[in-house]
Amino acid sequence: MQPPSDPSSASSSASSSASSSGLSSGPSPTGVIHDIGYRGYDGPRLGRRAVARALFVHSLRGVFGIGRSAKSKVLPVGLSVIMCVPALVLAVVTVIGAGRGLLDDVPLDYSHYAMVLQAALAIFLATQAPQTVSLDLRFNTLPLYVSRPLERPDYVVAKYAAMTLGVFLLLAVPLLIMYVGALFAELPAGDETAEVAAALVGAAIYALVLSGLALLIASLTSRRGFGVAGIITTLVMTYAVATALQGVVGIDNDDAVTAGWLGLISPMTLVDGVQVWALGTDPATPAGPASDATGITFVLVTLAVVVGCLGLLVARYRKVRL
Amino acid sequence: MGVNNTIVRLTARSMLGGRRLYLLAGLAALLLALALLLRLFADVSATDSAEFIQAVSLGTLLPLFGLIVGTGTIGPEIDDGSVVYLLAKPVSRHVIVRSKLAVAVTTTVTFAAVPTFLAGLIMVGDRAGIALAYGIGALVAGIVYSALFLLLAVATRHAVIFGLVYALIWESLVGTFVPGARTLSVQQWALSVAESIASPGVITADVSLGVALTLAAVVFVAATWYAGERLRVLTLAGDD
Repeated sequence: MQPPSDPSSASSSASSSASSSGLSSGPSPTGVIHDIGYRGYDGPRLGRRAVARALFVHSLRGVFGIGRSAKSKVLPVGLSVIMCVPALVLAVVTVIGAGRGLLDDVPLDYSHYAMVLQAALAIFLATQAPQTVSLDLRFNTLPLYVSRPLERPDYVVAKYAAMTLGVFLLLAVPLLIMYVGALFAELPAGDETAEVAAALVGAAIYALVLSGLALLIASLTSRRGFGVAGIITTLVMTYAVATALQGVVGIDNDDAVTAGWLGLISPMTLVDGVQVWALGTDPATPAGPASDATGITFVLVTLAVVVGCLGLLVARYRKVRL
Repeated sequence: MGVNNTIVRLTARSMLGGRRLYLLAGLAALLLALALLLRLFADVSATDSAEFIQAVSLGTLLPLFGLIVGTGTIGPEIDDGSVVYLLAKPVSRHVIVRSKLAVAVTTTVTFAAVPTFLAGLIMVGDRAGIALAYGIGALVAGIVYSALFLLLAVATRHAVIFGLVYALIWESLVGTFVPGARTLSVQQWALSVAESIASPGVITADVSLGVALTLAAVVFVAATWYAGERLRVLTLAGDD
């Protein structure tokens, strides 16, 4: 597939040849494209990058249900509200508590917010990732995309970027609400800014890892229900297993080192481990990475997950038949 | 009871014929593998094992199973419209629901309750009756979840989503903050049954046994009956 080198001349030559053949082949009217006088498009033709950007914006709007039916808006909007309400409550509590001198820090660490509300986060991913990719597979719309200057990897990158930004916004807005609450409460601004910045970086990593996994699972099936079940099972089951094992090994057996390594099992605990080691936050799990070696492994595994998901998605879409 | 053998056979085939079987068997195998690993490489007391099984099996595995299996028996058929061929047959809608439910319950028991019992056996042997307690608890939970999620699948096209919201947000998040919500939690009913079987003090539940059994039975019967009623008035026109 090759984009036309000079689109305007290509289209004009095509129309002129069509009209000339329509005039010359008078006797046999079969198989002729008649020039019935429609005006051709001679405006600017945007290239590959513009198509990818349009797909990105369209997908990002789709993640939150914007531009879709009212029924499709219920879940993403509802879950966004569920994500923000606790932050709002915490912000109010911070302002009132600090005003009475009861609090000298935010009641919940910024970096723990994603972990505490992971049920809503998981449902958001499980419903919106299949929404983003499965429908195109099911209704065979992919040929319409790649018949444009858009290449297949561009499709993957645009979808991945849109999902990642969507999840990041879902996580970042509540953090900023809590941060504003902390500023109103006149807590030490420097500390709060450093903490919220670390949590925002963590949110970006959460978004990258979780979106990659969710899109990969969703892209394997054109059935929405199966994608939802697969993503939820992966996220919830691995988390339950990881924390249960950490509880048994780390707390009951007093083996914090092994328990730290067990955080690699689940995407949620994996990113939390990266936050703990690289961003210096407190672990939100029974045990964080205990040593530098563990921490570096967590970072490397996180990178491998992100790159691997992207690579597998590209490979997956190379195989989609048109 | 009244089930239709042909419907049972066809449902079982579609349920266990495709990729869903791998997912279900994989989850069951995962539970057993974890139990084996903990038994071999960690020194686990009976109480810790109980907590582990409770968190992984009753807390996570069973709601997911109930969801996948309960909605999976009829959801896809309603989704792609092939349920009309079933509804066009001179079979009572209640019989259809009961047949589907029979398959769902059997599948949940095979792939969730039995592995839970075996995992308990692997981890603690027959100490303190833990294995049997959680096995029976998982059985109760599996039966109620199947009926509940089957009803959801008949009542709404977004059954999986509503099921998730119930299983994840109501049972874990709301239950943690609002103690009253725990009375209306399938998980707590199952725990209450398990509590009554195991030695005293190993398992704690927030609901008394009588209340739990009554509520579980009422929900099971009511959900099954109402699913039949909803199937009688099912509209097939796509609304989204």
